[in-house]
Amino acid sequence: MGFATRPCSARDNFLRVEGLEKVYSSRGSPIVALKDVNLSVGAAKFVSLLGPSGCGKSTLLRCVAGLERPTAGTIALRGDAVTTPPEDMGVVFQRDVLLDWLTVIRNILLPARIRRQPLDQWRPKAERLLELIGLDGFANRFPWELSGGMRQRVAICRALLLEPALLLMDEPFGSLDAMTRDELNLELQRLWLADAKTVLFVTHSIAEAVFLSDQIIIMSRSPGRVVDVVTVDLPRPRDLAVRETQDFGTYVARIRQIFEGFGMLRGTHVRE
Amino acid sequence: MYANEQSPSATRASHVALVVVGFFVLWQAFVMAASPPEYLLPAPSAIFSELAHAPLWYTSNAMRTVGATLLGFAAALAVGCLAAVGIVYSRLLENTLYTLLVALNSVPKVALAPLFIIWMGTGLASKVAISFLIALFVIVVDTVLGLRSVDPDAVDLFRSLRGGKLQTLLWLRAPSALPHLFAGMKVAMSLALVGAIAGEFVASQAGLGYVILAAQGNFETTRVFAAIVLLGIIGTVLFFIVDFIERLVCPWHVSHRGRHHESS
Repeated sequence: MGFATRPCSARDNFLRVEGLEKVYSSRGSPIVALKDVNLSVGAAKFVSLLGPSGCGKSTLLRCVAGLERPTAGTIALRGDAVTTPPEDMGVVFQRDVLLDWLTVIRNILLPARIRRQPLDQWRPKAERLLELIGLDGFANRFPWELSGGMRQRVAICRALLLEPALLLMDEPFGSLDAMTRDELNLELQRLWLADAKTVLFVTHSIAEAVFLSDQIIIMSRSPGRVVDVVTVDLPRPRDLAVRETQDFGTYVARIRQIFEGFGMLRGTHVRE
Repeated sequence: MYANEQSPSATRASHVALVVVGFFVLWQAFVMAASPPEYLLPAPSAIFSELAHAPLWYTSNAMRTVGATLLGFAAALAVGCLAAVGIVYSRLLENTLYTLLVALNSVPKVALAPLFIIWMGTGLASKVAISFLIALFVIVVDTVLGLRSVDPDAVDLFRSLRGGKLQTLLWLRAPSALPHLFAGMKVAMSLALVGAIAGEFVASQAGLGYVILAAQGNFETTRVFAAIVLLGIIGTVLFFIVDFIERLVCPWHVSHRGRHHESS
């Protein structure tokens, strides 16, 4: 089903960013990482932040996560200003950041442990997530026994454990090989379709953004800013073959033209 | 091929034993061939028969030294870890305590041994104190390093989950610091032994340091060597006890190394 068919007028302002600016003051001249960023994300939407490295997309994500304080502007999650990490949020970082000394299941249960909730209450949920992502039987293994793709799967389970309303993903598949990446794209979509939460997904791959997203926020650099927003209206669930369809190709081409219009992709910083 | 079928630690132990035995065999052969006077270089066989003559006396003196070493080490471990946590979390402590420790460390601590004898007498307490002081620095420095070298992304993860300072310390910083702490503990253990012996050298009525000093006064070189051999054994055993505990406490770290070893 196309996403435009979902009723979402009242839920359009699930996440709202207004006039966001982030300046790093270094010795010498200050670096403007983000300038006048405005965006709004509807509830239960899959939204990508797409741009070349250095366009501030990760900084924007970190501001939304409450991990970094913007220099100016506001971020509101369901109308509440974000200044510290919001309660209802899960983050997947570029590196899996699994704790080496905990088994897979205990890594996934970490958010419950930090929130001082009874682990036994969440254990079935953790096991279900593992099963969903194809890692049943690995619950009692240690992270170093797992491949990179498996580790990132565990990190996704960890972020989803407490059923957050907002899932932030900072180039989660950036360090994986192309095939593992395809696999994880499919699995992420499956998880999302099973339990649609709002996802903000940072990537520098046009194809990945089109494949996963309902909406793509296109960013440019120096200074980092939003230059366009593209709504992707491809039916779900999408399989890998969708990438060979004409519609998919049209989206990719359109986004590439937007980047080219801003003087990028001549020396390709953005992967297709 | 053959060696790979044993566990790495067993292989290592057998290699160490081989080297030690080879060393004694060469030594024995040299003494038998060159026959130097016994007060200069006794044969290993003479040293071992000296040990066999008075096993209880040697054991009680050795226990005395081991006791001082372990007490000093334990105190250094407890105080060092607490100090390290304080230094990592408090700018004030970092500027005062840490700076002071670094300054103190540049004083050869063996030079302080006579002071502790004056203050605490010639008994066990002064040896423990010297041993503690000598072992403390490396524990603090390595633990501070360990607590600080935590993965910044993991700190972000804890922040994003709204983890408190104490939770981050106990569940993230402390476990990440363990490999560093154990590296420090291995050095500290040998240093604690040095401290105990240094204390015994200055003034004592018991301990292997006392045995060495008394025997040296009488030119009983065989007895000096006997005590040195015991010290070698004690030092090695203490080191491997720490190593063993490390394997129990942080298997993830050791197994990591084990895997790298296999694949290379």
